[in-house]
Amino acid sequence: MATTKKKTAAVAKKPKAKLKNFATAPINKSLSKDEKIDLYRTIVGIRRFEERSLRAYNQGKIGGFLHLYIGQEAVAAGIVSLMEENDHIITAYRDHGHALAVGMSMNECMAEMYGKHTGCSKGKGGSMHFFAPDKNYWGGHGIVAGQTPLGAGLAFALKYKGLKGCAMAFLGDGAVNQGSFMETLNLASLWNIPVVFVIENNGYSMGTSLKRSSAEENLAHRADGFDMEWEVCNGHDVFEVREVANRAMIRAREEHKPFLLEIRTYRYRGHSVADANHEKYRTKEEIEEYKRTKDPLNVVKEHLLSDGTLTEELAKKIDQEKKDEAEASAKFADESPVAPRSEIQTDVYWEVDNDSEGKLKGTYFFND
Amino acid sequence: MPLITYREAIKQALDEEIQRDENVCIMGEEVAQYNGAYKVTEGLWAKHGDKRLIDTPISEAAFSGLAIGASMLGIRPVIEMMFMSFSYVAIDQLFNNGSFCRYMSGGLMNVPIVVRGPANGGTSVGATHSHTPENMVANHPGLKVVCPSNAYDAKGLMKAAIRDNDPVFVMENTLLYGEKWEVPDEEYIVELGVANILKEGTDLTIVSHGRCAMLSLQAAKTLEEKHGISAEVVDLRSIRPLDEETILNSVRKTHRALLVEENKPFCGVDAQISHIIQLKAFDDLDAPIRRVSAIDAPNFYSKELEDWQLPNEERIIEGALKAMA
Repeated sequence: MATTKKKTAAVAKKPKAKLKNFATAPINKSLSKDEKIDLYRTIVGIRRFEERSLRAYNQGKIGGFLHLYIGQEAVAAGIVSLMEENDHIITAYRDHGHALAVGMSMNECMAEMYGKHTGCSKGKGGSMHFFAPDKNYWGGHGIVAGQTPLGAGLAFALKYKGLKGCAMAFLGDGAVNQGSFMETLNLASLWNIPVVFVIENNGYSMGTSLKRSSAEENLAHRADGFDMEWEVCNGHDVFEVREVANRAMIRAREEHKPFLLEIRTYRYRGHSVADANHEKYRTKEEIEEYKRTKDPLNVVKEHLLSDGTLTEELAKKIDQEKKDEAEASAKFADESPVAPRSEIQTDVYWEVDNDSEGKLKGTYFFND
Repeated sequence: MPLITYREAIKQALDEEIQRDENVCIMGEEVAQYNGAYKVTEGLWAKHGDKRLIDTPISEAAFSGLAIGASMLGIRPVIEMMFMSFSYVAIDQLFNNGSFCRYMSGGLMNVPIVVRGPANGGTSVGATHSHTPENMVANHPGLKVVCPSNAYDAKGLMKAAIRDNDPVFVMENTLLYGEKWEVPDEEYIVELGVANILKEGTDLTIVSHGRCAMLSLQAAKTLEEKHGISAEVVDLRSIRPLDEETILNSVRKTHRALLVEENKPFCGVDAQISHIIQLKAFDDLDAPIRRVSAIDAPNFYSKELEDWQLPNEERIIEGALKAMA
């Protein structure tokens, strides 16, 4: 159940599922059959891509960290499906889902994780740093909450230029306790910037539960301290995500007002794959219960089967397509070359990369 | 040529760039209605209004990050740090996002921001307000940093910094704001990466930057008058990019080098310059390279001791005599 800001009313700690059929809300009812299938395709694609990337990680093909989005897919898929021409999006290091949702290819994403030259950042960023400015996607940022002022900056630029749009700045529940986020909430509200902060609350900041990290567990309430509107909703039903986020986005675009959206979701895997202890700070039963009752992939599938959009046969076909695409991306990544060593010193300075007129003066790099 | 203050020169640069490019805006604490904590932006808010001169709350991390985000979409924010020391609470934004977004995206974006404000000690404000972090900035590939020593350079470098498509730090100095130099009426730019020879000489090369370059020039005059030593003074102006050639050409001529900076010695800018000189002009050196830096401790509050702690004419002359020995 979506709960709207009422200063005197307490918010239900756990919004109850299925009190309302969000699929019949106007913003969802207006979806064509193809658009609904696209939503399903996006969610399946993220799931299958990440399952394949996990295998690659376990095979030692992917270095560093791998923060999986499995269990949270409906959040990115739902919100990205609402984006318009001048809307922009930025997120933290759990960024694969948002990347695929905006239309980045599995090939460029998988190759990036493999550290290959064909990756979206030529292998310079890795799993946590996917970017696609041509799709209004500004990353992929590794430091907790560090992306939140950047998101406000994207929105500031829209307003400065007189463009009608909004910036969607995603963060996790662990990020709410960073100073930069709270400073940014204040700035956004003070200056009436069209940014929607989306807290993807999966209940755990790495291995520390929400209860053990935040004095006020209703994270959206923090908006009150900055005179900002907020709303809380569930993240397992893509139609609920769309219905609630849509209101926030319209408000941002129309009124140049920020919004704090807390979406209650869940990750099935550890904080990163290296977090092998994730079944020690939470129970197996807790994970299984969420999977059984709220799996975002099953939920959207049920919706679409029941309204006749999808048949079991088509669902199976899409699933296989996405598995094949993920498999092909792993092959593509595996067979791709790493960048030549000369790439180490490109993309550091715009002025060096674009010195068409030979105007550069002085030494930029200091190697013996 | 009109004689104007360092402060006025920076203001002229900001004023002219605001008029030249509609995407240039000034952001920071007290920059607009209060007219600037050090009056650098005095009158600009009255002239250009709320859109271009933006007062921020005391939230360096948020407004630095906001400026970076806005710059990705083509805005060119010039953010003022009331003291460059305050940038320390925004280091994640400036040093991670500012310098690395371009790299980590494989060159898909760039961050055309300017971070400006005073970076100096010598004003009895204690260690926390007296940082000179040009060495830290220069240690982050992707960032650029300049340290103007006079009004002419301050204006020309500021204009170059604003037009640059990479993040540039402009390190100003509160002790220079009220000093006057000749600055032409007509428009000019001082390019990044070009050092300036403040005084020619034949016996010793003094390499310096920021206010220390002016102290070195004064010391060089005394060295000539009282000690018969002809010192050449190289003002770096730009730390990164760095004009190595001017440094090396001078050392090849004088065969001796004294490096003067307000930074602390360990990993200071001059540690790198010393390395470059020994690497590329080893055979030209007749004596070890000497350095005069801030005496290696947090800045002293008490004026008399802080004045001794920072490079001053007496200490520079002492260093020069060692270099000549």
